[in-house]
Amino acid sequence: MTWTWFHRLASPPYVYGLAARLTPWFAWPAALLIVAGLWGGLVLAPPDYQQGDGFRIIYVHAPSAWMSLMVYTTMAVAAAVGLIWRIKVAHAVAASCAPIGASFTFAALVTGALWGEPMWGTYWEWDPRLTSELVLLFLYLGYMGLRAGIDDTQRADRASALLAVVGVVNVPIIHYSVTWWNSLHQAPSVMRLGKPTISAAMLLPLLMMLLGFTLYFVAVLLVRLRSEVLARERTASWIREAVSA
Amino acid sequence: MSTSGAPAAALTSVAATDDGAGVTLTASALDATRLALLRDLKLAFRKRGQLVQPLAFFALVTMLFPLAVSPELSRLREMAPGVIWVAALLASLLALEFLFRDDAYDGTLEQYALSGQSLTSLMFAKTAAHWLLTGLPLALMAPLAALSLGAPSASLPGIVGSVAVGSVALSLIGSIGAALTLGMKRSGALLSLLTLPLSLPVLIFGARATQLAISGGPLLAPLELLGALAVLGVTLAPLAAAAAVRISLE
Amino acid sequence: MKEFLDMGGYAAFVWPAYLVTLTVVVLNIVWARRALARSRAEARRRLDVRGERP
Repeated sequence: MTWTWFHRLASPPYVYGLAARLTPWFAWPAALLIVAGLWGGLVLAPPDYQQGDGFRIIYVHAPSAWMSLMVYTTMAVAAAVGLIWRIKVAHAVAASCAPIGASFTFAALVTGALWGEPMWGTYWEWDPRLTSELVLLFLYLGYMGLRAGIDDTQRADRASALLAVVGVVNVPIIHYSVTWWNSLHQAPSVMRLGKPTISAAMLLPLLMMLLGFTLYFVAVLLVRLRSEVLARERTASWIREAVSA
Repeated sequence: MSTSGAPAAALTSVAATDDGAGVTLTASALDATRLALLRDLKLAFRKRGQLVQPLAFFALVTMLFPLAVSPELSRLREMAPGVIWVAALLASLLALEFLFRDDAYDGTLEQYALSGQSLTSLMFAKTAAHWLLTGLPLALMAPLAALSLGAPSASLPGIVGSVAVGSVALSLIGSIGAALTLGMKRSGALLSLLTLPLSLPVLIFGARATQLAISGGPLLAPLELLGALAVLGVTLAPLAAAAAVRISLE
Repeated sequence: MKEFLDMGGYAAFVWPAYLVTLTVVVLNIVWARRALARSRAEARRRLDVRGERP
């Protein structure tokens, strides 16, 4: 009995319908949280004593960075599930994640650079966090490139799933080696992209943004998931009703 | 092409002995691995010209830097570890395209997958052959490149060692990407995009080891880390490559 | 209001950062919806070809 819900999640028509129903439940709270977070972060929060109003970039940089990592993890887990249990829906989830994650990794890098220039005097720094984030972007691009290069959807699913799993194994290795390398070379200006010493008025909007973006991710994922599920169900009979609406 | 099919078929019956009762035995995994390795080496030596290409590429890339930057040996010595490793990495990538290409084209890879032998062992054999044909020669050429970039002769053993160990890891990591992009035309750029991020740790530790070799410092730590990566690669990469080959052949 | 837009002198960095992020947010929504519309149109076309559309 307890496994029924799990089996239903593997059923494309069920997931297609469920995704449609759930989307507004994630989209609207996400919009609310993001708007509230923006208001709190841009208007209500006091300027930082060190960084002045410049610190407000954190309200878009931290969520972007968070997204880049969370989405990759989701993608890798979905890929592993699809690979091990051969569940098409899981592969559809993984495929849906990639463009979202890649675009937010890009946003994280750009917003980080815009934060770095006024605060630490340089747009870019080869420190562990930035370098690892850049590598993450390449991992996403490789994943999407591999998918694009294989015509057969099933083979593309399984090949890119294997790549995602191999990639995830590598992320800690890469992060460790870059950290080790960095510690040897003592970068001249130490870039701290951690949160500044933070008061509640500053922290609350940040948490709202983080949660809001997470819900937003689920909403966008659900929309993409529907199109990915459709693409994998070429001739199934349930499609007739689903798309004639 | 036609001659490559015969050894593949032999994998399933190499130890075929007639023990009088007319029973034929199939090859053990070790025999299969050894056979696959020897086969790859033999086939590669028939196209000796192709073997030289990655090495020539390595030499050329190394040569670009003095011309592009400065002929001063003191400056070159500083860059030498980076130059050697980037050149070796790129040369290794070039050679990777040939790892599975011919076998996928003439159906040998399918024979391997169907042969009943452990595909993982066969992947290990192919990757080992690739290293013997590319990585090892690169490791032997690296000291020449290093000398041309102003490295002291005392550093040469360390350089050979670090490139030799590092290139093992590179071949292993590369085999996964090569297996995933099997059968794709002009997969070079995609193969690089897949392989390079995964190769970054090898590059970091390898360049560091080479740098310490040149400056005369203790290179045991990065060398050990390189070795750890190589061991990790040996355990995991052939498995992943085998899975990737099966996916590609489906 | 002017003070707000000025962001304590950091306007040249803060606003582009927000703009980039907002663009990515909007683009993802647009892409997702377009992908769904395309998939649905494609599915309808396939059904039409096979004469199975009710």
